[in-house]
Amino acid sequence: MTVSGGDLREMYRRMSRIRQFEATTKELLLAGELYGAFHTSTGQEASIVGACMALRDDDYMVGTHRSHGHPIGKGAALDGLLAELMGKETGVNQGKGGSMHLSDFSVGSLGETSIVGSGLPVAAGAALGSKLQGIDRVTLCFFGDGASNQGTFHESLNLAAIWTLPAVYVCENNGYGELTAAHKTTAVEEVSERAAGYGMPGVTVDGQDVLAVYEAVSEAVTRARRGEGPSLVETMTYRFDNHAIGIRIENYRDPAEIEHWRTQRDPLVLFRDALGERGVDGDELDVIDKEVEAELAEALDFARSSPAPPPEAAFTHLFTNPIDA
Amino acid sequence: MRTLTYLEALNEALVEEMERDQSVFVMGEDVTWGLMGSTTGLVDKFGQERVRDTPISEAGFVGAGAGAAMVGMRPVVHMLIAPFVYVAFDQLVSIIAKSTYLYGGQAKLPITLMAPMLYNRGNAAQHSDRPYPALMTIPGLKLIAPATPADAKGMLKAAIRDDDPVISFEDGGLWGQRGEVPDGDHVVPLGVADVKREGDDVTVVALAGAVAHALTAAEELADEGISAEVVDLRSIVPLDRRTVLASVAKTGRLVVADPAHEMGSVASEVAAIVAGEGFWDLQAPIARVTTPHTQIPYSAALERPLYPSADRIAAAARELMA
Repeated sequence: MTVSGGDLREMYRRMSRIRQFEATTKELLLAGELYGAFHTSTGQEASIVGACMALRDDDYMVGTHRSHGHPIGKGAALDGLLAELMGKETGVNQGKGGSMHLSDFSVGSLGETSIVGSGLPVAAGAALGSKLQGIDRVTLCFFGDGASNQGTFHESLNLAAIWTLPAVYVCENNGYGELTAAHKTTAVEEVSERAAGYGMPGVTVDGQDVLAVYEAVSEAVTRARRGEGPSLVETMTYRFDNHAIGIRIENYRDPAEIEHWRTQRDPLVLFRDALGERGVDGDELDVIDKEVEAELAEALDFARSSPAPPPEAAFTHLFTNPIDA
Repeated sequence: MRTLTYLEALNEALVEEMERDQSVFVMGEDVTWGLMGSTTGLVDKFGQERVRDTPISEAGFVGAGAGAAMVGMRPVVHMLIAPFVYVAFDQLVSIIAKSTYLYGGQAKLPITLMAPMLYNRGNAAQHSDRPYPALMTIPGLKLIAPATPADAKGMLKAAIRDDDPVISFEDGGLWGQRGEVPDGDHVVPLGVADVKREGDDVTVVALAGAVAHALTAAEELADEGISAEVVDLRSIVPLDRRTVLASVAKTGRLVVADPAHEMGSVASEVAAIVAGEGFWDLQAPIARVTTPHTQIPYSAALERPLYPSADRIAAAARELMA
C-alpha cells in the first residue's frame, strides 16, 4: 500500500500530539490541576493513528474510557480537549464529560464511552444508520481486549455481520484488562480468531507499527465502504502507563516487560526509523514535534484562561428538547 | 368519530410516522411477524430495510438504536415485553439516557422504545414487570404510559417526533380496548396529564391500566354521593405536577393508583410531590393503591388481587372521606 508523503507526516504529527498531550496532562494531574479517573494512551499511538488515518474525515468513530488519544487521532484540535480535562465551559463536552469521555463530534466522534464494551452496539447502529441513509460512511469502533469478553461484543459483531453493516471493529489489545492479563481472561490466543464466529475477516497486526495498522484497517474500511460488511482488526499494543494514573498496584506487570516495550517497541521511535528509511529527514520530524509543542502550549493557555461553566449548566443538556411540566 | 383498538391505534401511529419521515424505522424481535400486534403489516408497506427483525440480543439492538439515532435516524425499537429492558439496561442507562448530557449536547438521541407490560395474565415473576419506576430514577429518559387508544396513537407519534429518548409503556390489559381516535394527524403532547372526569371530593391520579379502574371506581363512588376527579397522568417523565396539584387544591384528598410495585413507584413520587407542595390543601392522608412489594405469582388466584382494581381504589377513597 502506498501512503502519500503528506499522510506520513500527518501520521507522525498526530502521534506526536498524543504523546505530548499525555505527557503534559499527566503532569497536570499529578500536580493537582486535573482530577478524575485518568487513563492515558501513551504507547498506543500507532494503533490509534494508523486506524484513524484509514478513515475519511466524515467517517464515524466510537471510543472508550481511554479516550484522550482517539479524538486526536481523528484530527481534533487540542484546545477543546484540554479545556474539557480542566472542566471548562469551552471543553468539547462543555465540562460534562472529562477524561474518560473526550469526544469531539465535529471530527466524526460519536462518543467515548467509559463502560467497557458499551460502544460496540452504538457503532453497529451508526453503521446501520449510514446504510439506511444510503451514505457510504464507515463507522470505526475502538475497544479493548477486555471488552471482547463482554456480551455486547458478541451481540454487536453478530448484528453487524447479519446486516452487512459498514463497520470496522478495532481491538486495541494492550495485553491487560485493567490489571489482569488478557491470557487469563480470554479463551483464545488472539481476539481476531473470534471473527470466525461471525463470518467476518479477522486479522491481528503489530499495533506499534503505524503503517501495518493503517494497511489492515484501510483494507477493512474499503471492504465496509464497498458494502461488503464488517471486519475485525486486532492491534497488539501496550500502554506505557498504569491502567489509570495514580493506581498504586504496579506489580501485575513485569518491570522487564514494561522496559522492553518502552525501549524496544516505542511506536514513535519505530515510526521515525521507518520514515528515515523512506527518506524523511529526522530534522523535519523534530520540527513537527516543536510545532506540536507550541500547539499544546497554546491549548494550555486557552484551557487555563477559559471560564468554568456556570452552576446552572449542571441542568442543561439533560434533553435536546426539554419539556416544561 | 371512528373507533380503533389500542393496538390498531399504535399501528396507525407507526404507519403514519413511517410515511411522513424516511428516517423512522422499526426494529425488534419478530416485528415483521407482528408478534405483539402493533407492528402487523408494516413490513408489507415499508420493506425489510425499515422493518427489521433482530436477533434475541436486546443490548445489541437497543444500543444499535442509539447509534442510529446519533447519526440522524429515528429508530423505534420494539422490546417485545417491558422486562426485556433489563437485558439492555446498560445501553439504556449509560448510552441512551446519558449521551446528550455527557457529550455536552453534541449528541441527539431521537429514539423511541415500545415496551408492552403483560401482567395479570399468568406470566409469573419474570414476564409481568411494570418497570417504569426503575427507569424513572434515571435522568435523561422521557417515559409515557398512554391509557386510551387515542392517547396511544397521539403520544407514540409525539414520541417518535421528539428529539429525546422516549419509552412508551403499553399496558397489555388495554390492547383490545376500543376507543374513539380523532381523524388526521392526531398528536398528543408529552408531559400533559388529562383530567378524565371532574369531581370535588377526592382526586384519583391514575396511570396506565389503573385509569379505567379509577373511572369505574368514580362511578361507584358517585352512587354513594362521593364526587371523584380522575386524572390520567399519561406521562411519567416529565410529570405534569401542575395538573395534579391543581386537582388536589380543589378536592383536598388524593388517591394515587399505579400498577407498579409500591416502593419507589410513580404513586410514591406523586405522593411526595403533593405532600411537599400541596400539603396545606390536604384534608386527609394520601393513599397509594399499588402492587405490594412481593413477586408476581403464576396462579391467577394469587396474582389478580395484587394489582390496583376499581374496588381497591373506591375503598381507598371512601376511607379518605370517612
